[in-house]
Amino acid sequence: MFKLVKPALAATLLILGVSSVWAQSAEPYTGIGRAATANEVNAWNIDVRPDFKGLPKGSGTVEQGTVIWENQCASCHGSFGESNEVFTPIVGGTTKKDQETGHVLALSTNTQPQRTTLMKVATISTLYDYIYRAMPWNAPRSLTPDDTYAVLAYILNLGEIVPEDFTLSNENIAEIQNRMPNRNGMTVDHGLFMPTGKPDVQSVACMKDCVQEVVITSFLPDFARDAHGNNAEQNRNFGPARGADTLNPPLKQLPGKDYQVKVVAVVATAGAAGTGDAAKELFTKNNCAACHAANSKMVGPSIAEVATKYKGNPEAVAILVKKVKNGGAGVWGAIPMPPHPQVSDADTTIMVEWMLTGPSK
Amino acid sequence: MSVDYLSRKLGRLKRAPENFVSREFATDVTTSGLSDTRRGFLRKSFLGAVAAGAGATGFTSAALAQNGPDDPAIITKQMWQTTLGQPVAVKPYGVPSIYEKYLQRRESPGLTRVSAASVAFAPLQGFFGIITPSGLHFERHHQGWYDIDPNQHRLMINGLVKKEMVFTMDDLMRLPAVSRVHFIECGANTGMEWGNVAVPTVQYTHGMLSCCEFTGVPLSLLLDMAGYDKTKAKFVLAEGNDGSGMTRTIPIETALDDVMVAWGMNGEMLRPENGYPLRLVVPGVQGVSWVKWLRRIEVGDMPYATKDEAVHYIDLMPDGQHRQYTSVQECKSVITTPSGGQQLLEAGFYNITGLAWSGRGKIKQVDVSTDGGKNWKTARLETPIQTKALTRFNMDYVWDGKQAIIQSRAIDDTGYVQPTIRQLRDVRGTRSIYHNNAIQSWKIDTNGEVSNVQVG
Repeated sequence: MFKLVKPALAATLLILGVSSVWAQSAEPYTGIGRAATANEVNAWNIDVRPDFKGLPKGSGTVEQGTVIWENQCASCHGSFGESNEVFTPIVGGTTKKDQETGHVLALSTNTQPQRTTLMKVATISTLYDYIYRAMPWNAPRSLTPDDTYAVLAYILNLGEIVPEDFTLSNENIAEIQNRMPNRNGMTVDHGLFMPTGKPDVQSVACMKDCVQEVVITSFLPDFARDAHGNNAEQNRNFGPARGADTLNPPLKQLPGKDYQVKVVAVVATAGAAGTGDAAKELFTKNNCAACHAANSKMVGPSIAEVATKYKGNPEAVAILVKKVKNGGAGVWGAIPMPPHPQVSDADTTIMVEWMLTGPSK
Repeated sequence: MSVDYLSRKLGRLKRAPENFVSREFATDVTTSGLSDTRRGFLRKSFLGAVAAGAGATGFTSAALAQNGPDDPAIITKQMWQTTLGQPVAVKPYGVPSIYEKYLQRRESPGLTRVSAASVAFAPLQGFFGIITPSGLHFERHHQGWYDIDPNQHRLMINGLVKKEMVFTMDDLMRLPAVSRVHFIECGANTGMEWGNVAVPTVQYTHGMLSCCEFTGVPLSLLLDMAGYDKTKAKFVLAEGNDGSGMTRTIPIETALDDVMVAWGMNGEMLRPENGYPLRLVVPGVQGVSWVKWLRRIEVGDMPYATKDEAVHYIDLMPDGQHRQYTSVQECKSVITTPSGGQQLLEAGFYNITGLAWSGRGKIKQVDVSTDGGKNWKTARLETPIQTKALTRFNMDYVWDGKQAIIQSRAIDDTGYVQPTIRQLRDVRGTRSIYHNNAIQSWKIDTNGEVSNVQVG
């Protein structure tokens, strides 16, 4: 149905009597698209396949990787790739034995609380490709190929796959592939990849007396009643049903037509967007909330802690704007704050002023 | 009950009494205006027409009247009846009524820890029909979203092609476009429910699901233009233009079948959160393959094992092996009203309504049970029924006020029947996260509250 170009193609082939393994360039679309230059293809064609096609030349040591990791990776992943704070852990759960078998045993015995990256990944190319393509999270494409080899060497060392004095390079990466703990842990023997794949689960459409007894095997515990907020505020307050008032216990009986649940009222006028709202929006939009909460310490200090520390300091706004822009370390603990050069000074000032005064009011 | 309803004719339209004045009189009024004489004539003609209409259908207004308290919504003059409304274009880009503010995309608390690598679920409990409003389409980003300038956006095709090519948005939008309605579902939709009930409402159990009309060009057309190698080409890699450089492998058979390179969504350009200005549409395949901000298609001869097909989006089986490249979304359905977290106010008639879909084709049948799966009745399917698109089903239901467990079960045109959670677990265990297409059960309690349950 989508082969709009096909009739024209067929006609061309018939007339010229040619056959080729290459799909015919479609002449009807004259003037549309152009040939890519070699530099353009090189700039974007950065993927690295499991057979290492696309892998750039280069090398990096565990030691170099340690430095890059501390500065650019540890704030999310922890110093040893073990952190479960921001993302799931990278390292852990694999053994020397796994490196021999290529199967991570904990996956079948279910003895690890969580699957780490090294427990799952079968192909070392995946790690190189992803680190080079997308890391660090807030500054992707900033690592050189050598940096990438170094970071990957550091991860492999944390996973006890390579020794501390190891240098990883395009020359020896294929060798390390043979030590990956879960290298034999993937299968494509299933029906969900190819469009012609066959389902693995079969059911029948029984219509009458299909089960003897209906047993409820799972339901939400009472303590989780408001875990997703007030359902009453997540449904229309008219129509066939309301949202259940999950801030209160279930009703004793059917409430009847006139039931009104208490919800945040709809205000007919547009909300006044004061500085607080704007700052809060910027704070969320720029992902500051990923590390800083209002009152509790997360990866970084809470807003309240910052406000307290800089209370009465006339230079507070200037100091903090600079800190947000350039990053900082050592004030609040071991995990450094990454730089945020993409945020304008004006926006940062609004957020900093709000942090120092707004939320506490 | 539903059989009776089906046999009834829908949409019986009564003609308005429009031709109650002659054409000559109408012309006279248009040119000369309404004099008192003309007004009197018009009034008499109108009354005559209404009386004739009432006589024809055989009712009198007196028969419908009742005694009792008057509704103030009718008796009291409302502000919107007695004052001047707002002019046109106060909102040059329209927004929903303020009374609709409860229906929003929402994150599931505790599911993810960073909102730039997270998901916001669509409020299925409030949707009608099959089209997802653009502003409520579910969101899933891996490294935040950007609003990319279309004039700075490029699509490259490279790899096993005769001519590696670059297309601008100008180029792409000159090509012969097609429009198709398709569902998009995240592979992890309903993933929290593999082991047990984990979340309360259909927004969180099934809300990584949307369905829109997409407009773009078939990928096969672009591959033909570049002259892909018909002998060697086995897979394509699709790559996004965001920080994550999202990449996914797609078999060439799929790529040449119905995959689109799309810029349009529901009649306008894609929303930035959905990949403005260009995304891949891979009908029937999980959302992660619908690469947003699409910048590159590479033609190759082996799968690429990218991060989101080698570390995530892999399905752990009971024997410890991971299924890699799981892509197709199998046949599935869910009742959206009444559904978990809703409160019924009284017993009586309800329209059980929901959505069914299959990544392998069209929906053929949906059955509904109101007794926990003992007995099933076939629901009405609303048209259009399209391939790899949501299909709306409805069934009449009189709730007697007793505890009930309602379920829906879809069958697609390959004959595949949506399984129970037990049937899925028997084959795949409870730890695979992805591709849970089990029958969903909602319990209606005697107090009218509906909750999420699983039955054995």
